[in-house]
Amino acid sequence: MPIQRREFIAAIGTGALATTAGCAQSGESSGQTEAETEMESGGGGQPGVAGETLTLTTTTSTYDTGLLDEIHPDFEDMYGVSVDAVAQGTGAALESARNGDSDIVMVHARGLEDEFMRNGYGVNRRDLMFNDFVIVGPEDDPAGIQGMGSATEALTTIAESEAQFVSRGDNSGTHTKELNLWEAAGTEPGGDWYQETGTGMGEALNVANQQGAYTLSDRGTYISQRSEIDLVILVQGPIEDGPEILANPYGIMAVNPGVHDNANYDLAMAYIGWITSPGTQDAIANYQVNGEQLFFPEAVSENPDFQQYVPEGWSSDSSDE
Amino acid sequence: MAVVDLPFREGYVSSIIYVSLYVSVIAVTLSTLFSLPIAVVMGFSDFPGKQFVKSVINTGMGFPSVVVGLLVLFTVSNQGPLGDLELIFTKEAMIMSQFVLATPPITAISLAAISGVDENVRDAAHVLGGTRLDVALVVLKESRYGIATAVLAGFGRAISEVGSVLIVGGNITSARGISKTRTLTTAIQLEARQGQYETAMILGAVLVTLVLTVNAIVVRLGDQGVQR
Repeated sequence: MPIQRREFIAAIGTGALATTAGCAQSGESSGQTEAETEMESGGGGQPGVAGETLTLTTTTSTYDTGLLDEIHPDFEDMYGVSVDAVAQGTGAALESARNGDSDIVMVHARGLEDEFMRNGYGVNRRDLMFNDFVIVGPEDDPAGIQGMGSATEALTTIAESEAQFVSRGDNSGTHTKELNLWEAAGTEPGGDWYQETGTGMGEALNVANQQGAYTLSDRGTYISQRSEIDLVILVQGPIEDGPEILANPYGIMAVNPGVHDNANYDLAMAYIGWITSPGTQDAIANYQVNGEQLFFPEAVSENPDFQQYVPEGWSSDSSDE
Repeated sequence: MAVVDLPFREGYVSSIIYVSLYVSVIAVTLSTLFSLPIAVVMGFSDFPGKQFVKSVINTGMGFPSVVVGLLVLFTVSNQGPLGDLELIFTKEAMIMSQFVLATPPITAISLAAISGVDENVRDAAHVLGGTRLDVALVVLKESRYGIATAVLAGFGRAISEVGSVLIVGGNITSARGISKTRTLTTAIQLEARQGQYETAMILGAVLVTLVLTVNAIVVRLGDQGVQR
């Protein structure tokens, strides 16, 4: 019996030891310890950032389509670092960055991005890539919006016929776009036909699919999920000659090291340089799901585009700060 | 759709199992080390407000995990009191939230087990010249099944919980598909979010198997303890 007790205590001791070891490792500048191991395994030619971790908060649409997993190994190999991609939705991704919990954000809601920059949290914004939004719904199309050239007209028609509509309701880029569309349509959504799911795009598509409802989706998530659901595209976005209002541009910004001095600014800028480079932009263009291109690169251009660096409509002449 | 052709990359499932076990086992171990002394002290003493403390602990058993996740997030976020440790989106942050979640059930069930030990046993231990520590050890030995149940309940809560680890852990894998802070539960949530219900179900089956295995091991250990 005493032996048993001793064993028990020994086991607990080991557990506690393992825990404290784990805590200590991450507590005191994990960057350093990881860097050392990386240097040992990776050999001499590693850059100084080797072993560091870049925390990227982003939207579910870039993550769930598999794009980031496809392109990140190239960046990780180039710098000997790892990228922690956290898929949160645009609102939450920006909030994490605002709290200093991430180093870089990749999102798709220009209005929220501009606010983020104006408040001083984000610097060095670049246009990254785009795809578009589409209005999807059941094939029998109860509201009769198929082929409408205007997204706002389609939404108004859905509202008037009180056909089921599923909203993300999660302050994501897609949700923001949807609210902007309702506003542009001059229609206040509400009533039994309008449901907010508070979930990611994939889940919202599932809910709409099960209820035979309409919803607004980014084309990428819809394509990557099309084989699982019965919804069809009823109003196209600009990629398929639909209205420009359904454009879905993605931007990338580094967290301002002047606000959060723990932000890994060097690596964030290396990442922005890498992802806006011709090679990575090609990789984005070549990424396909079910034989279809999901994202269209827009960072490489012969012509200057100064608006990508500043909030929309900002000009040095204006009274804006 | 085919169940045969799983979209999991090599090492993916084993790495999320590892993270699930690593986080839950450490959290439950720490929680047990923290809870047992409290349960023993409360089981062996009477003090004003004891009932109140008990009801606080019992309330803690029903504490929603997302709320715990938010509290831990505020604590470890860069702006929070532990912000300098940079624990956000790490396993350590997940251990913290699971520790908070596992402690109330472990404390409450252990306390019930200890309180349930027959008075005669305590008296006998006293009469036989046992010190307070000896008496406590005898009672602990008598209530070991209840305590094992308590630990298993804590473990069950920790490993099956999704709300808090998603918030504080971030559900991160490397681009090559090796989990950093993705657990079985958050992986299931991710698959469900993408409408991949089949793969979500498979991961669910893995989780259930894992919990059953851990339960079987603990029960087996308990039985062996009796035979000695």
